[in-house]
Amino acid sequence: MIELKNIKKSFGDNVVINNVSAVMEPGKANLIIGTSGSGKTVLMKCLVGLFEPDSGDISYDGKDFNQMNDDERKELRQKIGMLFQGSALFDSMTVEQNVMFPLDMFTKDSYTDKLKRVNEVLERVNLQDANKKFPAEISGGMKKRVGIARAIVLNPKYLFCDEPNSGLDPQTSLVIDKLIHEITKEFNMTTVVNTHDMNSVMEIGEHIIYMYQGQKEWEGTNKEIIFSKNKLLNDFIFASEFLQDAKDMRMLEVKGKIANDRNMDDLLK
Amino acid sequence: MHFFTHFGRYLLMIKGMFTKPENFKMYWKELMHQCVEIGIGSLGIVVVISVFIGAVSTVQTAYQLVSPIIPKSTIAQIVRDTVILEFAPTLTCIVLAGVVGSKIASELGNMRVSEQIDALEIMGINTKAYLIMPKILSALIVIPLLVIIAGVLGVWGGRLAGSLANILSKDEFDKGLLSAFVPYNVTFSLAKAYTFAFIISSIPAYYGYFVKGGALEIGRASTSAVVASCIMILFADYVLAAVLL
Repeated sequence: MIELKNIKKSFGDNVVINNVSAVMEPGKANLIIGTSGSGKTVLMKCLVGLFEPDSGDISYDGKDFNQMNDDERKELRQKIGMLFQGSALFDSMTVEQNVMFPLDMFTKDSYTDKLKRVNEVLERVNLQDANKKFPAEISGGMKKRVGIARAIVLNPKYLFCDEPNSGLDPQTSLVIDKLIHEITKEFNMTTVVNTHDMNSVMEIGEHIIYMYQGQKEWEGTNKEIIFSKNKLLNDFIFASEFLQDAKDMRMLEVKGKIANDRNMDDLLK
Repeated sequence: MHFFTHFGRYLLMIKGMFTKPENFKMYWKELMHQCVEIGIGSLGIVVVISVFIGAVSTVQTAYQLVSPIIPKSTIAQIVRDTVILEFAPTLTCIVLAGVVGSKIASELGNMRVSEQIDALEIMGINTKAYLIMPKILSALIVIPLLVIIAGVLGVWGGRLAGSLANILSKDEFDKGLLSAFVPYNVTFSLAKAYTFAFIISSIPAYYGYFVKGGALEIGRASTSAVVASCIMILFADYVLAAVLL
């Protein structure tokens, strides 16, 4: 479990995160959503220690991150896996070497054992035949999957994903979402996903935090989000007319005014 | 940014490198990789420039020594001392600042911009120690070796040019080469090589490591790193000459 209490972060006079508190629960995909510039990436970077918050506390399973010394932080970081927006794979290494890197650095296992583990995680992300390829030779979706494989190779307790679907087509996005969701359940990880992809929100958003201008504007689940009366959230989630119509139909459906097994062709007439 | 801010951040970067390696084997592997990259990667250009610099020194020294009372072997003495004292360490290192410095700055800059450094940090790796330290250490190992090679080839180039251009025979050159040799000059040359090696590796590492932005900024950082390294090499060259000679 990751707990945030009154996190504040500014860059000069620009307050980017203002008094954000939340609890990221284990075994769930905790989504941070919001428009560009709402502070979600900064919040995630504060969570993983890439930025130091100006004030507030972040605790991992009750241990205050800001009070940890360098060794304790190093130890904690070995329990953290992160998938970056651009995948952040090492260009000069093959897929296999990229995934093996954390094992090389932090374990004393034999090469055979490490290779076995690498193949296991690559299989888990459906990338069996890409071992010897370089990042430049694989697609964006494959890069994301290699990024996930590298992030989970040390069996982390916490998984952070920064915009896992950016630049991906909707179908590949769904594959990545499902993968994150399954891995979270399988290893009971505390997963934090930073996204503004609505498919992700509806698919895997078991716990959602909506950020607006550096503040937590709304918190709930994907089941609750559709019924929210928060105008800012609604403007963000149902930005297009199509999605607004879809929401209205869902509301009517829930209220029993239209049939659940509606025929879309009839409704569109 | 203010000069002192840069300088303070540079010192903190250097200080930050000195931590216990997470895995000594991986650091050793990276050190060897950098030795090959910097040493073997720069050998070709060092060979070419040192041979030609030696050759040009012989031709130009002969051109200036017009007095018949000065023996021709003096040309070899002048070429030897010029190459050992100045050309081999300084000129080689200025060229290496361009070759190695820009490579270090752009490599680290690209890693920073593409979040590879952040990825390493999140894994719990001290990126200053893992990425910068091996580069500086390998520069300190291989650049003095390159300077020695440059010195030897510079003198050989001078000898070759002397005989090819009928300025002085190989025997005359060898005679001059062996007379009035001051071994301290080699020590001084190596002192310069070590100082310049540190400058060539650490300054571009600083510019690359702290780059912000995208491809344009990486290019700018790379150029600034080379310019700053060259200026610092020339400044250190003067200071070392004033202090050690």
